[in-house]
Amino acid sequence: MEKSKVIDLTRVKPYGDTINDGKVQISFTLPVDNSEKAILAAKTIAEKMGLEDPDVVYHEKLDVGFTFFILYGRLDFSIDYTKIRVESVEVEIMSIKEIDEYIRENIRRKVIVLGATTGTDAHTVGIDAIISMKGYAGHKGLESYEMIETYNMGSQVTNEEFIKKAIEMKADVLLVSQTVTQKNIHLKNLTNLVELLEAEAIRDKVILICGGPRISNELAKELGYDAGFGPNTYAETVTSYFIKEIVNRKIK
Amino acid sequence: MKINESKLNIDFMVVEKAREIARKIAIDTQNFIDQHTTTTIERTVCRLLGIDGIDEFGVPLPNNVVDNINKRDDLGKGAAIFLGNAMLHTGLTPQQIAEKVSTEDLDLNEFQLKELTEIKEVISPIVKETLEKIKQNKEKREYFIKKFGDKKGPYIYVIVATGNIYEDIIQAKAAARQGADIIAVIRSTGQSLLDYVPYGPTKEGYGGTYATQENFRLMRKALDEVSEELGRYIKLTNYCSGLCMPEIAAMGAFERLDVMLNDALYGILFRDINMQRTIIDQYFSRMINAYVGVIINTGEDNYLTTADAYEAAHTVLASQFINEQFALVAGLKDEQMGLGHAFEMNPDLENGFLYELAQAQMAREIFPNAPLKYMPPTKYMTGNIFKGHIQDTLFNMITIMTNQRIHLLGMLTEAIHTPFMSDRALSIENARYIFKNMKSISEEITFKKGGIMEERVREVLNKSIELLQEIEKQGLFNTIEKGIFANIKRSIDGGKGLEGVIKREKYYYNPFMEIMAKQLKRGGD
Repeated sequence: MEKSKVIDLTRVKPYGDTINDGKVQISFTLPVDNSEKAILAAKTIAEKMGLEDPDVVYHEKLDVGFTFFILYGRLDFSIDYTKIRVESVEVEIMSIKEIDEYIRENIRRKVIVLGATTGTDAHTVGIDAIISMKGYAGHKGLESYEMIETYNMGSQVTNEEFIKKAIEMKADVLLVSQTVTQKNIHLKNLTNLVELLEAEAIRDKVILICGGPRISNELAKELGYDAGFGPNTYAETVTSYFIKEIVNRKIK
Repeated sequence: MKINESKLNIDFMVVEKAREIARKIAIDTQNFIDQHTTTTIERTVCRLLGIDGIDEFGVPLPNNVVDNINKRDDLGKGAAIFLGNAMLHTGLTPQQIAEKVSTEDLDLNEFQLKELTEIKEVISPIVKETLEKIKQNKEKREYFIKKFGDKKGPYIYVIVATGNIYEDIIQAKAAARQGADIIAVIRSTGQSLLDYVPYGPTKEGYGGTYATQENFRLMRKALDEVSEELGRYIKLTNYCSGLCMPEIAAMGAFERLDVMLNDALYGILFRDINMQRTIIDQYFSRMINAYVGVIINTGEDNYLTTADAYEAAHTVLASQFINEQFALVAGLKDEQMGLGHAFEMNPDLENGFLYELAQAQMAREIFPNAPLKYMPPTKYMTGNIFKGHIQDTLFNMITIMTNQRIHLLGMLTEAIHTPFMSDRALSIENARYIFKNMKSISEEITFKKGGIMEERVREVLNKSIELLQEIEKQGLFNTIEKGIFANIKRSIDGGKGLEGVIKREKYYYNPFMEIMAKQLKRGGD
């Protein structure tokens, strides 16, 4: 590699096949008929997005008055990677055995975890992946942990039912899964849960965690959660986080 | 396919045995069904007698009528008795009666009950008129299909789910022009748990659009227009599931829907609807669907979104056997049974394609006349749209290799959002490419004797027999309580809607059920 091509982390650009070529691909639909004018319009949009020399490599009519475009282009600006700060959950991921051991030594009782997909959301994939015995992609769920007692309420659980169960179980950890995000329904629902927990004066007594394909830790914190986990998160990651948090917060 | 033509060397003696056990399970459950009615079944009778609309608080009039009768715990006689009786006393139509009940100007319990023969006599012309009307819808569908010809090969089935019926119409028409054959309007999240059917055209929904009769009408009209334009009959799908199964079936009958998701087990497992309630509701809803020539779709595919597709394959087959028998009891023909299954195995599984292919070919051979509903990968779809497009491609290949009929199109953006217009277009393009490029492959291929696929099918079939025997021994309800399907446990008195289950009285009267049962058992017309 030539010396000039060594990556300068203060000036990072997208990569096609050469450092700093800035190449990106985008696709979108315009609500106009497929025509020369439409192609120019697509290019203009790409330019406004900051692409240099956008190239419409494909355009096709989807229906009367709708055209699909695929474009390639180049970005001439760069960003300073060293200045980027993220709010991701920093955890050292332990194995199931290590987790059970950690709980035995530091918490000295079973940790009680309640999970549900709340609101009108009917998707159980997320909460099942974390809780069910089988887990997901070879990562076993909380039901397989010796030192964790868990209950999965399934989907379409109202926030009220969820809290009632949490109090009844004396849960240490609440896991909330949200998949449907149309019209930001998940935000309303997640916020409402925090408000209800505060009203019941138990917000501080639990570790409150949400997860889902559109959830980030940053978003979760903003909404008043202790942590948030996005896609490709497995049970060990979530558990490694909350057992340490229980110890840190001295929840007995 | 003839029995001796099995590509997988399926033992059809074993298949017959499975059917026999499933038949016993269905009949055992049917004995329970025949002793009960539900609030939604009686609301359906109201709707079929012409009652529609909402009161000033937005409550549907059929709900008001049924609640009024239920106040005195008299619903076990059937709503038709009370409506007929009120007609005799007041000379009003059912709709006028419902309006007066809603404004509390009339109480159905206050009239002296007249002779049943008299009641039947006054109701009979309305029953006839309704049945004539919905039969005409069936004939109209048949006319269109005859005029345009029925599509050979897989139907391309896509969903629209904007929440706004008018936006849905734009998407649906575009999809039809791109090559879709069936349009399903996904319902708003949570509608299955409403114990009433919303009213009028709707523009607000979450993850889908409310199923209302007006929305059905608007979409059917739009699809009729685009059918004429394309010279292809575009079918419309909605969801006869949840707490209003038979009411949705009746609305679909009025507005000429063509395909209905219609599966009690799905509601029990995935919506936590009380099992007694929904299995009773299922019977009448399937009967209505049978009567108007609707293809039902069953929801076995969903088991595999929670249970492992490789390990739980036999539960899908067992459930298909049971669903087939429930469908037969309700009067559905083989050609109306869109039994469900899915392409949901982990893509990392070695030879996963072979197992999927084996499962699909097995379903095809065991249910040769059923328009099988084959569902795309969802569980293992990620944000990697490029890989997702390939997963969908493999799924498309299995459909054409095994002649699946109702092909629910996978979307490359499955794990991300409800489809954009371009997502749908790319997915339709993918399917049409595969279906054309591999058109006759199923006639060209055979599978290796004693190979991986043959072995796999033998194992799945044997395990499904064992499961069916277990269900027969314990009864269907007990089996569900134990979490056999989808690894989900539901209790017999748990879930939503149990309060709507009502024991039929000796002289229970449901004119529609009576006539439909009679005509369907005669083999229809």
